[in-house]
Amino acid sequence: MTLAFDPPVARASLGYWAGVSRRLRRDTVSMVCLVVLLLIIAAAICAPLIAPYDPSVGSVVRRLRPVGTPGHLLGTDDLGRDMLTRLLYGARLSLIMGIVPVCIALVIGGSLGMLAGFVGGRVNTVVMRTADVFFAFPSVLLAIAIAGILGAGVVNSIVALTIVLIPPLVRVSESATAQVSALDFVEAARASGARDTTILRVHVLSNILGPVLVYTTSLFSVAVILASGLSFIGLGAKPPTPEWGLMLNNLRNAIYSQPLVAALPGVLIFVVSLSFNLLADGLRSAMDVR
Amino acid sequence: MSERVAPLLDVRDLNVAFSGERGTVHAVNGVSFQLEAGRVLGLLGESGSGKSVTMRALLRILPENRARISGSIHCNGRDVLALNRRDLNSFRGGDVAMIFQDPGVALDPVFTIGNQIADTVIRHKGVSRQVARARALEMLDLVRIPSARRRLDNYPHELSGDMRQRAMIALALSCSPRLLLADEPTTALDATVQIQVILLLRELQKDLGMAAIFVTHDVGVAAEISDDIAVMYAGRIVELGPARDVIKRPRHPYTRGLLASTIHAESHGARIAGIPGSPPDLARLQEGCAFAPRCTLAGPECRLKGPELAQDSPGHHFACFRSMP
Repeated sequence: MTLAFDPPVARASLGYWAGVSRRLRRDTVSMVCLVVLLLIIAAAICAPLIAPYDPSVGSVVRRLRPVGTPGHLLGTDDLGRDMLTRLLYGARLSLIMGIVPVCIALVIGGSLGMLAGFVGGRVNTVVMRTADVFFAFPSVLLAIAIAGILGAGVVNSIVALTIVLIPPLVRVSESATAQVSALDFVEAARASGARDTTILRVHVLSNILGPVLVYTTSLFSVAVILASGLSFIGLGAKPPTPEWGLMLNNLRNAIYSQPLVAALPGVLIFVVSLSFNLLADGLRSAMDVR
Repeated sequence: MSERVAPLLDVRDLNVAFSGERGTVHAVNGVSFQLEAGRVLGLLGESGSGKSVTMRALLRILPENRARISGSIHCNGRDVLALNRRDLNSFRGGDVAMIFQDPGVALDPVFTIGNQIADTVIRHKGVSRQVARARALEMLDLVRIPSARRRLDNYPHELSGDMRQRAMIALALSCSPRLLLADEPTTALDATVQIQVILLLRELQKDLGMAAIFVTHDVGVAAEISDDIAVMYAGRIVELGPARDVIKRPRHPYTRGLLASTIHAESHGARIAGIPGSPPDLARLQEGCAFAPRCTLAGPECRLKGPELAQDSPGHHFACFRSMP
């Protein structure tokens, strides 16, 4: 019977989201970014199917071939492994390390922020001042410090990134919640007998979803760079696992002999990060019309 | 005595104080009044006289950590200040509903009108969504929203101001409350539609047999719609009586000031008489009558002790030492 409550919420939101998606579709830049991201994600998922070689098997005689070598479209790395293959497989880990922490942080930080903004008082003070403590450190340093304490590894760097990303999300959802809670319709809902949990779940959540999601999209771009950064300095993925940040580090000695090959992982990190950033901008302007 | 039916709403010695950083603000100070079922009370006063706070206290929707409410409120046989969470939620919207000043922000922008009404009906009556939607449609028809069936799936921003206020009224009345609280329901509307909304409210109130409290600072509106009028100043009721009596024979100097400052047809081109000075700071209320500093009749006794409400003619009360009939 609880089902009876859910469909109308989804249907009601459709009206608003339909408008957002219509405006987003008219925005060329956002659509290009979206297509690029979807292509990269699809390529990462299909890596075993489309990759021409095994990502961890190299050849001593074919080291550091340039871009365009027959059989190795994007050249080979310093251990003679096919770059295209490694970039495809690397996308998997790089994207997971960038996206998963943001999603976890969205759930944890978003709920904490909503709670703090809605309840206010002492709860707000405790949550927000704790978030402020984390804000005192630059995010890169904080990620390195936490990953360093936890030890190198993919899971540990995901944990470290999650911790780094929670405070900004707490702050954004807290301020959005506080703003929405002060509006008359929250008081009106209360005056018509809505429980606090209903108000929070239905009225507050659906009204802060827009701004919080826009901010979250822009966090993806930060998280992808941070994740690659951790791997670059050896706190994330371990060799011989393909990961863009790690590959960038391995190839940095080849920057003079094969600059194009050495730059490839960096280019991909840049493209993914930029796409997320521009998509967030497009989303923001598509949502602002309300 | 024991034969008398208890009034629908019985407020006794209601006090509301807000504790803030600048000290305690005494927004409502010892307000008492009764309201019989089916009657309309107009609550008149300037901004900051405690009208809205009184209304919110009746529903207990003031921020609980900052507002201290004392006194007693009995409504429809319930002791409002003693209600637990669950009963309070069924009381709000079920026994007593409220209409807000600005319908533009009092409706959730993310949900359609129909869904907002239906959700409230489901919450209180526990009916299926289909039944609730039918009720929503019925309500939109009742408040005379044209092509109601189509409007059901409109978002608030797709409606005009008076249409939104009509939808807000439909929402408030959807669960057949016994008492309707209207907090300046026409202030945010265009002058041309204000009177229509007022007349609609008056008609619905009569047809549905509800009691209603109208908060307004417009004497004309209060006279049009109310059976009784209560005039508030600095968190106190300074005059209370049958609407006609209060308008025709105001006893409190503040009420007289209010009436003198309204635009009449005959005062065309003439300056409108205002009340000199401004309302007192509710964080620093002095002893004595709060209106004394602005009052032309005030004497030494007015600054020593606040006057109590005293009966003039039957049902007509006022709180002033020096008022002449």
